[in-house]
Amino acid sequence: MFPELNNLLNTTPDRAEQGKLTLLCDANTDGSFLVHHFLSFYLKANCKVCFVALIQSFSHYNIVGQKLGVSLTVARECGQLVFLEGLKSSVDVFFRAQAEPHPLQFLREANAENLQPLYEFVREALKPVDDGEAAWRCPVLLVDDLSVLLSLGMGAVAVLDFIHYCRATVCWERKGNIVALVHDSGDTEDEENNILLNGLSHQSHLILRAEGLPTGFCRDVHGQLRILWRTPSQPTTQRDRSLTYQYKIQDKSVSFFAKGMSPAVL
Amino acid sequence: VTPSEGARGGTGRQLEMESVLALRGLVLLRDSVEWEGRSLLKALIKKAALGGEQVHILGCEVSEEEFRAGFDSSINSRLVYYDLFRDPLNWAQTGEALPGGPLGALQAMCKRTDPGPVTVALDSLSWLLLRLPCAALCQALCAMSRQHACRGGGPAAEQLCVLGLLHRELHGPGPTGALSSLAQTEVTLGGTAGQASAHILCRRPRQRPTLKTLWFSVLPDLSLDLQGGPPLESQPHPDPHTPQVDPASHLTFNLHLSKREREAKDSLTLPFQFSSEKQQALLRPGPSPATSRIFYEPDAFDDLDPEDPDGDLDV
Repeated sequence: MFPELNNLLNTTPDRAEQGKLTLLCDANTDGSFLVHHFLSFYLKANCKVCFVALIQSFSHYNIVGQKLGVSLTVARECGQLVFLEGLKSSVDVFFRAQAEPHPLQFLREANAENLQPLYEFVREALKPVDDGEAAWRCPVLLVDDLSVLLSLGMGAVAVLDFIHYCRATVCWERKGNIVALVHDSGDTEDEENNILLNGLSHQSHLILRAEGLPTGFCRDVHGQLRILWRTPSQPTTQRDRSLTYQYKIQDKSVSFFAKGMSPAVL
Repeated sequence: VTPSEGARGGTGRQLEMESVLALRGLVLLRDSVEWEGRSLLKALIKKAALGGEQVHILGCEVSEEEFRAGFDSSINSRLVYYDLFRDPLNWAQTGEALPGGPLGALQAMCKRTDPGPVTVALDSLSWLLLRLPCAALCQALCAMSRQHACRGGGPAAEQLCVLGLLHRELHGPGPTGALSSLAQTEVTLGGTAGQASAHILCRRPRQRPTLKTLWFSVLPDLSLDLQGGPPLESQPHPDPHTPQVDPASHLTFNLHLSKREREAKDSLTLPFQFSSEKQQALLRPGPSPATSRIFYEPDAFDDLDPEDPDGDLDV
């Protein structure tokens, strides 16, 4: 996790809030550093994490995780991390008997209408352990990313339904958190992606939006991060807060600074 | 502002709010990601419940617990809640889900309203619109008012109020237009500088549509607080106590003219200004010799050929 980002979000692993949906979004840049941040953050916060990783392999996240101080292998072995490796298990779908349910079953079906098998997988993975003593703090679902489900043929409403059920189970029933990444292609013609992005934005408590600089690529400033805190159903005396920072990604950390205050320029 | 004027302004605003928010028929609350509308929806529900109306709520987007938070217990006991959040599509197969899915739940709500003033809150219309065909949803909304009119005395227009929360960015112009045409009132939420605003478009039958803007905030106890107008722009006013600095005071060159220099400047005639003195001077030949002479000493290397004066040019 990146300590500077924790400061901006005013949170630490010990004081992580519960029952929240965090939406990560990137436009014209790669926002996966946010995924790595939250993965290591929640592992350090002693939460049980279900990671639906559809984009990269396990070893990729493991290597980055080690730079950030967590070992995914150890977490998986001791049961803290349930890892669905999309790239590997998608092949398994085709070599299984059709009757057996598989979380990525929709890849095999011609008219997959919903993502219920994937939801059942998440529900099972984050089931509270009946040990009498809670081993982990709270369940967390992390998805990298949701836009690829649209590319794989699911409709935006099916993905929204999947997140709806995950929210009902993980956020409301089990007081856990959900973090999901959605790409913003900026293409107004991509209606499905816009419906997914806007639909999730309305349900989120926190939106982190990584954008490329409008002026183009820069060696010292990799992009801009917009943070929007929302309260979807409670009135607040102060309207939803929004902050903007610029950032530079380094080997083991990300440094944040106010706009125009990059150390390279000062 | 004398205290009495302030009080009058307050009650005036209160009356204004009462007239504008005397909402009947279908009311669309159009919100956006930045300016959410659920707190206004809850404030209107509280107002209806305090007014003695029955209140039925179809909750799709947030849990019943989260929706009921903020209402005190007397109001909570009056709210009839239909929970479509926990298992809207019957994936759990526990038999607890509302039968008929979202459309069935909406139609069931119509049947269960008693005669008399009723407020129905749909949280949210966007959720329903994404999962139901637009035509079916519009028909269900029309049927709601029709059935309510059949049930009890009085036209439905006075008795039934349907508050529908609609997220602006989610729908195209077609479905939005269809719902607008059904709606008697459209409240579009926005705001500037941390202050929320509501643009209220009212369409009453046989009257011209009216557009009004209210600046408001929803207090933690879900009552509506109206502000008089938009927040004052926070302009940087020049501080009257700082001395005015003369920008021409510390220059390395002189921008000021002395009195004599100014007089000399003013009395100068410009070369191309055609004054009457100049005209006279040109018309009258002066005493100086009219012809002027040119003295020329050719160089030693010049080879002057009177017939071809340019012969020495190497062109």
